[in-house]
Amino acid sequence: MRPEELAGRVRPVVPDVMVARDEVTAIVDRARLLEILAWCRDEPDLELGFLSCITATHWPEAQPAFWVSYELRSIAKLHRLRLKVGLSEADPHVPSVTAMFPTANWLERETFDFFGVVFDGHPDLTRIMLPEDWEGHPLRKDEPLGGVPIWYHGATVPPIDQRGMA
Amino acid sequence: MARDTSDMSAARDGLPDEAAAFRDAGTGELRQETMVINMGPQHPSTHGVLRLLLELDGETVIRCKPVIGYLHTGIEKNTEYRTWVQGVAYVTRADYLSPFFNELGYCLGVERLLGIEAPPRAQVIRVLICELNRVASHLIYLATGGLELGAVSVMLYGFREREIILDLFETVTGLRMNHAYIRPGGVVMDLPEEAPRKIRDLLDLLPHRIDEYETLLDDNPIWRERNEGVGVLSAEDALALGVTGPILRAAGVPADLRKDMPYGGYETYDFDVPVRSEADAYARYRVRIEEMRESLKIAEQAFRRLDDTPGPVMVEDPKVGWPPKLSVGPDGIGNDPEYLRHIMEESMEALIHHFKMVTQGVQVPAGEVYSAVESPRGELGFFIVSNGEHRPYRVKIRDPSFVNLQALPAMIEGYLVADSIAANASLDPVMGGVDR
Repeated sequence: MRPEELAGRVRPVVPDVMVARDEVTAIVDRARLLEILAWCRDEPDLELGFLSCITATHWPEAQPAFWVSYELRSIAKLHRLRLKVGLSEADPHVPSVTAMFPTANWLERETFDFFGVVFDGHPDLTRIMLPEDWEGHPLRKDEPLGGVPIWYHGATVPPIDQRGMA
Repeated sequence: MARDTSDMSAARDGLPDEAAAFRDAGTGELRQETMVINMGPQHPSTHGVLRLLLELDGETVIRCKPVIGYLHTGIEKNTEYRTWVQGVAYVTRADYLSPFFNELGYCLGVERLLGIEAPPRAQVIRVLICELNRVASHLIYLATGGLELGAVSVMLYGFREREIILDLFETVTGLRMNHAYIRPGGVVMDLPEEAPRKIRDLLDLLPHRIDEYETLLDDNPIWRERNEGVGVLSAEDALALGVTGPILRAAGVPADLRKDMPYGGYETYDFDVPVRSEADAYARYRVRIEEMRESLKIAEQAFRRLDDTPGPVMVEDPKVGWPPKLSVGPDGIGNDPEYLRHIMEESMEALIHHFKMVTQGVQVPAGEVYSAVESPRGELGFFIVSNGEHRPYRVKIRDPSFVNLQALPAMIEGYLVADSIAANASLDPVMGGVDR
C-alpha cells in the first residue's frame, strides 16, 4: 500500500497519523497500544504482522519525555507503519507486547536497559547489554558519554582522564 | 567453561537471579537431576563472546538462555556526539563482517532526511561493493561453520577467498574492514585505476570456487548428518521471533528487502531470491551458497554498468559533499597531498570550507526515518532521528544478528548439545552487531 493510502486506511482508527518522507507514523495512546497493534496485525489488507524494531528516544524537558516507537512491516503487503507512544519522565511505563510479538522480548529489554522505559507484563525485564548491577540508563540524554569509572566487582578504576598518569 | 557455576547457587545481593529458570520451585536450589553449564563467553564455537546458559539432561539441551552484552561498545551513544559523517565510521564497526551494509543503511537514512539521492555512479559502486561484501560474509559463515563441525579444509578455503575480496576492498578504501567508504551523498571517492582489473579477476574466479565448496560439502555425509534436521525453525516461528535473512528464506518465506522494498537501484538488477523449505541448518547452508551466486550475478551487472555510468560519486552540493579530493594511503583514505597543498597554500576560501565541513559537517533537517537494507544476515535497520543540528539525535541500529539470536533457544531446546553448535553456526550471528 502506498504511504498516503496506508495513512488514510489507519486514520479512522488512529486519528493522529502523518506521512513524512514516504514513511507513515501513527501516534498512539499507550492505553490503546495493544489493541491498535492487534488491529494492524489482523486487518487483512494491512497484515502488519512483523515487528521489525522497538526503540525509544529521550527528550528531557519536553513533554512527553520519551517516545517509544514500534516499526511494523508487512512481509506480504510490502509496506511499513511506525507506531509511537509518548511517555512522561515520571511515569515511563508502557505495556509489553511480548505476548503478541515474541521478538519484542529482547528489543524491550534493550530499551529498558538503555532508557529505563518499563514494559509492564514483560516476562524477564532485566538488563541485556550492561552488567546487571549497572546504575542508570546510558542512552538517556542526561547521561554523559564516557567519564564513568571503570569498575569490576570489588574494584574501581577511575576514568582515563582522572588517573593522574603523565 | 569461563565461569564456575557455583556462583549461580544463590542470587547475589540485590541483583536479578540469572539462573532463576533453572531452580526448583520448592527449595530454590538448582535442580539436581539436570546440569546447568555455561557455554562461553569464551568458547571457540560461539562466534565471539556469546554465553549460553544451558540446562542439560545428559546430552540433551532442556533449556537455553543466551547472555549477551560482552561486546557492548556504545556505538549508538557515540554517534550522538559526532558529526553525521563521522557517524559512518562508528556504525561500520557494528557488524564487522558486513561493514558496507552498515554504512549503506545509515547513509540511505541520512540521505532520506536530507532529501537527496546519491549520483548514479555512486549507486552502482555501492551495489557492486555490497554484493561482494555479502559473498565475503557468507564465506565466513562457511569457514567458521565448517570449522565448528570439523570441516577444517572449508575453513581454510573460505578464509582464502575472503582474503581476495578483502584485498579488493583494501585497494578501493585503503582498509580491509571498517571502511567508512560509503558516506551521506555518495561514496567518498571513485574506484582507483587498478580496481576494475581486480574486480574482473574476482568475478572470474569466485564462481568456480563456489562450485568447489559445493563439491566438498553438498553430499559430504558428515556435513549432511550434522546439519540436516538440525536447528529447525518453522516460518511461523521465525516471523514471530522477528527472524529475517537466509534463515527466514530457508523456511520458505521469500522475504528480501532488495526485492520487497528496493533501495539504491536494486530494482534495476536481475537476480533471484533463493528459497528452501526444509527450515534446517542444511537448508540455510544451501540458501547462502545460492545467494553467493546471485550476489556475483548482481556484481557482474553492476561491474558492466560502471563503464556506462560516468560522473561524480558524491552529490555536487558543497554543503553535503565532503571536500575533494582524497587518495588511498597506507592507513586508509586520507586527504590528497595535492589538495592539502591547495588549501594550505593557495586558497583561503577552500581552507575555510574544508574546516567547516570537517569540524561541523552537514546540517540535517529535523525528522526521523527508518531505513532498512538486506544485510547478509537479514533486515538491517537504522532508526535515525535528527533535531536539525550537525549531529544525530539518535541512531538505533536494528541489527539482524541481535534479533535472530533470540531464536536460538527455540532451535536447540530438545536437541543434543552438539546440535546447538551446528544450529548456532547456521544462525551466523556476529557479536559486534548483536552487542553494538
